[in-house]
Amino acid sequence: MSSVALSLKDVKVRFETNALTFDCAVPAGQIVAVIGPSGSGKSTLFNVIAGFETPEAGKVEVLGEDMAGRMPADRPVSVIFQENNLFAHLDVATNVGLGISPSLSLAPSDRERIEEALARVGLAGFGKRLPPRLSGGERQRVALARTLVRHRPLLLLDEPFAALDPGMRAEMRALLSDLHAEEGNTILLITHHPDDVRRLADSVLFLDQGRIVAHDALDRFLARRDLDAVNRFLGNEEIR
Amino acid sequence: MFASRENRMTIAAAAACLGGILLFVGLAAAALLAQSGEGGANGLFDDYIWRVTRFTLLQASLSTVLSILFSIPVSRALARQASFPGRIWMLRLMALPLGLPALVAALGLIEVWGRQGLLNKGLAALGLQQPISIYGLFGILVAHVFFNMPLAARLMLAGLERIPPEYWRSSANLGMGSLAIFRFVEWPAIRGLLPGIAGLVFMLCATSFTLVLTLGGGPAASTIEVAIYQALRFDFDPPRAIALSSLQVVLTGTLLLALKYLAPPPEEGATSGRATRRFDGLSSVSRLVDGAWLVLALLFVGLPFAAIAVSGMQADLARLVGEPAVHRALASSIAIALPSAIISVAMAALMIRTQRLLLARRRRGMPDRLFAGAIGASTSFILLAPPVVLGAGWFLLLRPFGDVARFAPFVVIAINALMALPFVHRVLAPAMATHAARTGRLAASLGVGGFHRLRWIDWPGLRKPLLMAFSFALALSLGDLGAVALFGSQDLATLPWLLYSRMGSYRTADAAGLALLLGLICLVLTMLGTAGEKAEGRRA
Repeated sequence: MSSVALSLKDVKVRFETNALTFDCAVPAGQIVAVIGPSGSGKSTLFNVIAGFETPEAGKVEVLGEDMAGRMPADRPVSVIFQENNLFAHLDVATNVGLGISPSLSLAPSDRERIEEALARVGLAGFGKRLPPRLSGGERQRVALARTLVRHRPLLLLDEPFAALDPGMRAEMRALLSDLHAEEGNTILLITHHPDDVRRLADSVLFLDQGRIVAHDALDRFLARRDLDAVNRFLGNEEIR
Repeated sequence: MFASRENRMTIAAAAACLGGILLFVGLAAAALLAQSGEGGANGLFDDYIWRVTRFTLLQASLSTVLSILFSIPVSRALARQASFPGRIWMLRLMALPLGLPALVAALGLIEVWGRQGLLNKGLAALGLQQPISIYGLFGILVAHVFFNMPLAARLMLAGLERIPPEYWRSSANLGMGSLAIFRFVEWPAIRGLLPGIAGLVFMLCATSFTLVLTLGGGPAASTIEVAIYQALRFDFDPPRAIALSSLQVVLTGTLLLALKYLAPPPEEGATSGRATRRFDGLSSVSRLVDGAWLVLALLFVGLPFAAIAVSGMQADLARLVGEPAVHRALASSIAIALPSAIISVAMAALMIRTQRLLLARRRRGMPDRLFAGAIGASTSFILLAPPVVLGAGWFLLLRPFGDVARFAPFVVIAINALMALPFVHRVLAPAMATHAARTGRLAASLGVGGFHRLRWIDWPGLRKPLLMAFSFALALSLGDLGAVALFGSQDLATLPWLLYSRMGSYRTADAAGLALLLGLICLVLTMLGTAGEKAEGRRA
C-alpha cells in the first residue's frame, strides 16, 4: 500500500470568474481538516477528488492510481455531505444497502452486514425507520454506516456536523474518531469549527482564494501566526 | 384595522361581483332545472346518454394514461440531459400548446395525421394501402396527448429538478445505474406528483369540447360537452341537454372534489432555470435513449406547429386580410375579448383585495370568514360549470324573450370572463399578496388612499401582473369556440367561429390562413401573459 493516500499535482479548475489550483499530498491513514474562508474552494477540491468536477489540467491520484476519466463510483472514495445524504423515501437499511449494491440485489449475508454497520454507529434496530423520522445526528450516522459497508479507503466529509447542536457534534466526533481507529482509512473533513480541527485532525489543509496556502501538522498549524487568513480563522487576533 | 370608507366600498364591490357570479351561474342552473321538470327525467337516461358518458370517461382515461406514459421518458430525458444545445427551445416548445386555441391545434394535427397529412403520405410511400383516419377516438387521443403530454412533462420536470443535488452526487458516488436511479430516485419523485397531474389532465380531457367537436367525427365519438351542444343546436332537444348538463356537473363536481382531497395541485416552480448537475445520462446508451425520446417529442409537438405555419403561409393571406368577413370576425372577436378580459381582471383584483381585507381583520366574524371563503371557492367552482352548460342554461332562459342571437354577445362575454377567472386569479393573487405586504402598511400610515394610492402605488407596483393577467384572459377569450359555438350565427361570427365554418365548408386554404393568424395572436398574448411568471417567482 502506498503511503500517500491522495496526491494532487497542479490541478486546475476554471470557473467564469475565478480559477483554482490545487497541490498537495496527504499521507495514508490521517484525518485531515480542510479549512478556509467561504468561497476559498473547499467544496470544489472535494468535487475534483470525488469526480463530480473535471479539472482542466493536472493529475489527481488516490493511492497511487490516476483518477483521470474515472466515474465517481469507480473511485476508491466515499462522500458525506452536510445534508440529504439519505434518500428520504427509502428506509434506513435500504439506504445503507445501496452502499453494498447500487441496484439493491442483496443476499441474506448482506442484510447481516447492514445490521452490523448500523450497530457500529449506535443505531441497532433502526433499519426499518424512514430518514425524515430521524434526528439530524442519526441521519449522519446512517450515512457513516453506509461508508462502513462500502469500505472505500478515502472518506470525504463536507461539513457533516454543520447542522448539529454542540452536544451532538461532540458525540459525532467521538464516533468518527473511533471508526477511524478501527478502519485505518484516510479522512478529509471540511469544517468551520476550530474545535473539530483541534480534537480530530492529524494535519490541516488551509485554503484561501482557490489555493492550498498551508498544509501542516496540527501542532505546527495551531502555532502559526504568519498568515493573516489563518489568524482570522483561528481568532488569533484577539489573543495577541 | 383601518375600516375606512374606501375599504367598505371595496368589500361591497366584491360582494356585488360574487353575487353577480352566483346569479349568473344560478340562473342558468335554475333554467335547466325548471325545464327538466317539464320533460320528466325518467326516460332521459337512455342508451345514447350512457354511451356518451362511457365514451367521455374512456377517452379521458386513455388520454390521461397516454399523456403520462409519454411524458415520463420525455421529462426524464430533459432532466438528465441538462445541457444539450437547444434545450431551452425544447422547453419553450413544450410550453407552447398551452396558448394555442384548440381549433387551430386541431387543424395543425389534421395536417400531420389526417388523410392528406404527412403521416399518411409517408405510409403510402411505404406501400400501405389503407390510410389512417384521424377522425374518431384516435384523433381525439392524439389531440389530447398533444396538449397534455407537454403539460405533464413540464410538471414532472419541475418535480425532478426539486430533487436535492446531493442525491445525484450520492447516487454517482454509490455507482447506481440508470435503472437503479429511476427506481430509487426519479420514480419516487414522479410518483408523488402523479395523482395531481393525472387528475388535472383527466379533468381537462373529460371537459374538452372543441377538439372532440372537430376530431370526433360522428355520434360514435361524442363527449357529454359535445352532446349538450348537439342536443341544443341541431336536435333542439332541451330535456336531453338538461339531462346531459346535470350529468356533466355531477361528473366535474366529483372530479373536483376528488382532486381537492386526494391530490395536491401540482406546482410548476421555476423550471428551465439553472439545471441541476447530474452525473448519469453521460453514457452513450442513455444519450441515445434520451435523444430518441426528445426527437419523438419534438416531432410530435413541433410538427403540428410547423404545419400550421407552412400551410398558413401558402394561403392567400393578403386576400384574407382584406376580406370583409374576416374584418367583421376580428371586430366581433375583439369586441367580445376586450370586455371579457377587463371584467375578468377587474373582478379578480377586487375579490383578491377583499379577501385580504377580510382576513386581515383582527376580530374576524363568522360572516367575514364565510365571505372570504366563498371568494376563494368561487374561482375554482367556476370550473364546475362548463361553458356549454352555462350557455345552455342561458339559451333556455333567453329563448322566451325573442331571438337568442340578440343577447348572445353579452352571454358570451360573461361566460368567457368567468372561464378566465381561475387563470387570472392564479397570475394575480401571488403578485397582489407581495405588493400588499410591501406597501400596505406604509401607504396606510402615510394616509395615501383612494385614487392616489391607485395612481402612485398600486398601478406602478401591479402594472406588470395586471397586464399579464389581462393578456392571458384576452388570449383565452379570443381562442374560445365553446361559448360562441352555441350562439354562433351570421351576427356573432368571431374568428374561431369563422375558422370553424370555413373548415366545415372545406375551404381549407382559407382555414389554414385564418388558423395561422389566430394562432399567432393567441400565442403572442399567452407568451406575454406567462413570460413574467417565472422571473417573478425567482425574484421572490
